[in-house]
Amino acid sequence: MSFTLIGKHEKDKRANRDGYVQAMLELMDEHKDVAFVDCDLMGCINTKKLLAAHPERTFNAGIAEQNGMGVAAGIASTGFKTWIHSFGCFSSRRAFDQAYLAAAYSFVPVHVVGSDPGVTAAYNGGTHMPFEDCGLYMNIPNATIVDTADYAQTYAVTKKLYNVPEISYQRLIRKGFVTVYADGSDFEIGKAVTLKEGNDVAIIASGILVDEALKAQETLAAEGINARIIDMFTWKPLDVETIQKAAEECGAIVTAENHQVGTGLGSAIANELVKGKACPVEMIGIQNRFGQVGDQNFLMKEYNLTAEDIVAAAKKAIARK
Amino acid sequence: MTKQEKMHELRVFAAEIRLETLKIIGARGFGHVGGSMSMADAMAVAYGAYMNVDVKNPRWEDRDLFVLSKGHAGPVMYATLGLKGFYPVSDAYQLNQNGTNFPSHTDRTKTIGVDLTTGSLGQGISEAVGAATGLKAQGKASKVFVAVGDGESDEGQVWEAAQFAAHYKLDNLICFVDNNKMQLDGAVDTIMSHGKGLAAKFDAFGWNVIELADGNDVEQIYDAVAAAYETKEKPTAIILNTVKGKGATFAEPSGAHSSQPSAEEWAEAIKASEEALAAVKAE
Repeated sequence: MSFTLIGKHEKDKRANRDGYVQAMLELMDEHKDVAFVDCDLMGCINTKKLLAAHPERTFNAGIAEQNGMGVAAGIASTGFKTWIHSFGCFSSRRAFDQAYLAAAYSFVPVHVVGSDPGVTAAYNGGTHMPFEDCGLYMNIPNATIVDTADYAQTYAVTKKLYNVPEISYQRLIRKGFVTVYADGSDFEIGKAVTLKEGNDVAIIASGILVDEALKAQETLAAEGINARIIDMFTWKPLDVETIQKAAEECGAIVTAENHQVGTGLGSAIANELVKGKACPVEMIGIQNRFGQVGDQNFLMKEYNLTAEDIVAAAKKAIARK
Repeated sequence: MTKQEKMHELRVFAAEIRLETLKIIGARGFGHVGGSMSMADAMAVAYGAYMNVDVKNPRWEDRDLFVLSKGHAGPVMYATLGLKGFYPVSDAYQLNQNGTNFPSHTDRTKTIGVDLTTGSLGQGISEAVGAATGLKAQGKASKVFVAVGDGESDEGQVWEAAQFAAHYKLDNLICFVDNNKMQLDGAVDTIMSHGKGLAAKFDAFGWNVIELADGNDVEQIYDAVAAAYETKEKPTAIILNTVKGKGATFAEPSGAHSSQPSAEEWAEAIKASEEALAAVKAE
C-alpha cells in the first residue's frame, strides 16, 4: 500500500465511473478470464467501452437483474471472473437471493457493482437511494465489501478485486467527486488507510464521507483537538487491528458512512469494539430513514452527513470518555 | 449397438435410477419423491446417451453440464451420478444426514459431479444460461442441460432467463421442462396455471420447442435431444409430459410433492421397483 493524500476538497473534473471503467478496460485487456454483465445501464457508467473493446466477454442482460446475477454466476462457473453492474438498489435488494445463492454460496467469483450509493442517487430519489445495500451483503459469510472515496481509489481497488476469489460488492459513485488521493495511489483490500494522525478522537469513514472527515479534522485542529482520520474503504473483511488501536490510543471514535448506521460500517465497528477495548462511539450516517430526491448538498445536510455534523459528533464522543 | 438396443439400455438405466432414488430417499425415510421420480427417464437419456463427462475428472473443463434447476429433485441426480460412476451410489444413502455431502437440494460445493448449485427455484436456469454463455464465449462445443419444473415456472426469473437465452441464440442449451402437472399445494392448473401452456410460452420467447406426449418415454426424449443438437441459433425446450412420483407405489397415485411413507410402504415401493427393473432387464 502506498498512497499520496491530496485532500484539498477540490472536485475532480473526471467522473468517478471513468476510474472504474479504465480499471475494467485494463483488466479485460490483461486477463482473458474477465467478463462483464450489465443490466441496461451501460450508458450510465460508460461500460459501452467494454462492449466495444471486448464484445465476446461483455453482455447486456437487459432490465432483468435477478437473471443477470444468475447469468453472471453461471459465466463465473465456467472460469471467468465476472463483474455485474446495476444501480446499488437493484444490485443489492433486487438480486440479493441470486447474489447469495448462485454466486456466494456457490463459491464462484462474481464481483457486484452497485452504482449511485446512498445520497449520491440524488435526483433518482428514495426508490433508487440505497442506504442498505452493503448491509445486505454484510450478511454473506465470504463477501468482500468496498466503498471507495474517489477516482484514484476506485481505479486502484477495482483492479485489486481481480484477485478476490469469491463474491465482492463494490459501491460506485458515478459522477465527479472530490479528490482525496493522488493518481497512482495503491491500496490493499482489508487494510484501512490512516490519513491523519491524532490521539483525541478517531474518525473512521468511507466513500463520500472521507472528504467530510478530512474537513472536520481541520476544524477540530483549529480548536486544538487532534483527530485521527481513517479511511475504512473495506467494510468486510474489517481491519479490526486498526479499529482496536484507534480505541486504545484515542479513547473515542466517530464512524461516518453514506448508509444506514444500524446495518453498516458504524455497527460493524461497534461490534468489534465490544470484543476488545470498548470506547464511546458516535455514528454519522443514515439514522433509520428512507431516501428522497434532492441535490447533493441538500441531502448531505438533511441526513446529517456533513463535516459540521462530524465535528459535533467528535466533541460528543470526547465528552463521553 | 442398434437404436433398439440403446433404448433398452436406457430403459434399464432409468429403472435403476428409479430404484436407487427410492433407496436414497428411503434411507432417511422422507423427501421429495414425486419430482425426483418424474425426472428419471430424462436423466437416463442425458447421462446415458448424450452427456460428455469424465467420472475421474468431474470438473473437466470440456465436459457437458447438467443443472437441476428444480433442485429439490436432488436424489434423482445423486442416483444418476452414482450409477454413472462418479461415486458408489450407496454413498448417497447419506442423504440429509448431519454433515452429509448429499443435501436435499443439489450443491456444487458438496457433491461430486454436481455442476451448479440450485434450490431457490428459478435460479438454476439463469445459472445454466450463464454457463452456456461462458462456454460459447470460450469457443467450447460443450452443451448445457437444465431441468426446470412446471411449478418452478411460476417464478418470473425463469422467463428472464428464457428471454436472455433466446436473445443470445444459445443453441448449446437444452431445457427439460418437467411438466408433471403438480406443485406443492396441488395441481398446477388450480394453483397457478400457465395460460396457453408451457410449450406456447417458450415458443413465444423464441425457443425451439419440442413437446413430448410421454415425458417418461426414453425413446421420445432421445429423439428430442437429437433434434435439439441439430438446432442452430436457438435454445431448445423439451416439454416432458410426465407423471409425478412415477414408479413410486406410495407417491404416484397422489402425485405428492414430498412423502413420508411408513416403513412398510417403503419396503413395498422398493420391492415393486426391483420387480420393475427385473422386468425391464428381461425385455
